[in-house]
Amino acid sequence: MSSRRIFARPARFAAITPYVWMVLFFLVPFAFVLKISLSQTAIAQPPYDPVFDLTAGWETLKTALAALSIDNFRLLISDDIYVFAYVRSLTVAVTATALLLLIGYPIAYGMARLPKSWQAVAMVLVIVPFWTSFLIRIYAWINILQHDGLLNQILLTLHLVSQPVVWLSTDSAMYIGIVYSYLPFMILPLYATLAKMEPALEEAAGDLGAPPWQVFWLVTFPLSLPGVGAGVLLCFIPIVGEFVIPDLLAGSNSLMIGQTLWLEFFTNKDWPVASAAAIVLLVVLLAPLLLYERLQKRQLEQGR
Amino acid sequence: MTDVLPKTHAATGAADGDPAAAGQPLLRIEGVAKTFGTFRAVDGVSLDIKAGEFFALLGPSGCGKTTLLRMLAGFEAPDEGRILLGGKDIASTMPHERPINMMFQNYALFPHLSVRDNIAFGLKRAGMARADIATRVAEMVALVKLDGLEKRKPDQLSGGQRQRVALARALARRPQLLLLDEPLAALDKKLRESTQAELMELQRRLGMTFIIVTHDQEEAMTMASRIGVMKSGKLAQVASPRELYEGPRSRWIAEFVGDVNVFDGEFKLRDGHRLVIATREAGTLVTAEPREPVGETRLSVAIRPEKVKLSRRAPVSEAGRETAINSLDGVIADICYLGGTTTYRVKLDTGGTVQASVVNSARLDVDAYSVNQNVVAWFTPDDCVVLQS
Repeated sequence: MSSRRIFARPARFAAITPYVWMVLFFLVPFAFVLKISLSQTAIAQPPYDPVFDLTAGWETLKTALAALSIDNFRLLISDDIYVFAYVRSLTVAVTATALLLLIGYPIAYGMARLPKSWQAVAMVLVIVPFWTSFLIRIYAWINILQHDGLLNQILLTLHLVSQPVVWLSTDSAMYIGIVYSYLPFMILPLYATLAKMEPALEEAAGDLGAPPWQVFWLVTFPLSLPGVGAGVLLCFIPIVGEFVIPDLLAGSNSLMIGQTLWLEFFTNKDWPVASAAAIVLLVVLLAPLLLYERLQKRQLEQGR
Repeated sequence: MTDVLPKTHAATGAADGDPAAAGQPLLRIEGVAKTFGTFRAVDGVSLDIKAGEFFALLGPSGCGKTTLLRMLAGFEAPDEGRILLGGKDIASTMPHERPINMMFQNYALFPHLSVRDNIAFGLKRAGMARADIATRVAEMVALVKLDGLEKRKPDQLSGGQRQRVALARALARRPQLLLLDEPLAALDKKLRESTQAELMELQRRLGMTFIIVTHDQEEAMTMASRIGVMKSGKLAQVASPRELYEGPRSRWIAEFVGDVNVFDGEFKLRDGHRLVIATREAGTLVTAEPREPVGETRLSVAIRPEKVKLSRRAPVSEAGRETAINSLDGVIADICYLGGTTTYRVKLDTGGTVQASVVNSARLDVDAYSVNQNVVAWFTPDDCVVLQS
């Protein structure tokens, strides 16, 4: 009996750990943000009103609760700035994800078809950029893309352009930065699905009369869809909320929602509106997240 | 040169009487070789296969049989030699352009397609009309008895059902040649035996040419009309199952195909159609003259266990028959009861041991021998196979 208890305790602890984690680092902060989003901005410390004071007694808390309103959410819908920011975020995310898929798929496919020993080398090469800080790599891109940077030098030397191209503060630079940064997140899940695919399946398709391009579209691609789904969502979701890359590489004329959030929070000190924007972003992203979960579930069922 | 076997027993394949196939083999493999790195997987194989044959490539793993099959399917290109199908060299033809289909070892069914779509896959690629595809799929489903399972996905099927889908898919295009790579390896013993019979029946009914790759000699013997035994990338012997079993060309083949007693010895003298060979472990043995003349003096004598008879006293030679029976005195060393037969290991007075397999033709064991009992193990000269050591 006593020995059973000794073994049972760590098991039970392990089982509740993810829930404790979720409550502490997701639900509680979410409740804070939700509460702030329903408050009004105030010139105070903290810069919003009402402030819940649990020591002041039930009556005060009740008046504070009554002071909450959804005005900030009304503002988000009525003001073009926010709508445009959301639309731009989604447009950038869709475009960048499509580019990532187009570039990442051939790379992952090529990796999966390498001899086993070379696959490990290719894997290291994909992961190796992570050994350098993300921010430093983006600054490196600023260096490459600037007026007299490496890219313009190469283009001029090859006589592809007659004068330096303006790259920095353009959407092109932003897309280069995003595709560069997120490529491993697209390649790795695709590679994982493609590498574990039985080579005999492609041979069987060829044996049954399918030329190579049909083998790809009828067998390889459909069977890699779980990897495509995982890669697309792993890239799409964080790109929607991306802040650093558009801030450093794109122009300032149209902002993504992450940048708008930053502006509201730090420049305008409007915590309630920033919070409301964050809540809406979360809801917008919930759709692909739920889709991802369903996909994973189906993949698990197939794996049985 | 005398044949060990009467000619009538040699299976000649199902193509007899087909005048078109009589002149030219369906498949001709000419000096085909394939090297992976420094490993010579297939080393100069030449082989003719007639239309309508059920041919088995038999050999231990790594003998090159699968590589040879993959070259026929087009997944590997031979480094040397030619592969002719109906007289046409197909060595450089892509797999999807060959009128050959293959049943893969682990079936390689498309997991995202239903049974129906798996079977229809090859027909759609051939550009067949929709209505014809539906008819052919229904025909195939009935042929392999999968009725009612058309909409299932492969992971909703049992191993035996998956095997049938793979067979139906490979047969649907009516290939000139069907390749089967260890088609029964994943099935349990009972299912394997019934599937063997079904495959033979199917092959006979469709009149198709089958080439099966297997490491299981019983499977090859049961199903094939001819067997090619492969060893280290070479064809060691091509023969009917009976020829292979009763007249193996080498000691290795004799030991690979079934159980065998082998005694090494030296050639002593020739007496008409008899050879006298002095063995170390079983004394002097009289054998029939081998079908191929033996040059060396060092020879081996091979006897299958079921050809060795046991009795309590030495048998008496029948009067008027020119028989010198080899009889060896010994003691039963151990007994292995197998149900239908019992295998006795007899320790010979001359030092060696001999295995004798005895059919348990009576239910009660009045005739059975017991351990340490003195017995005589005997066999006729015609039952001995003389092999070069």
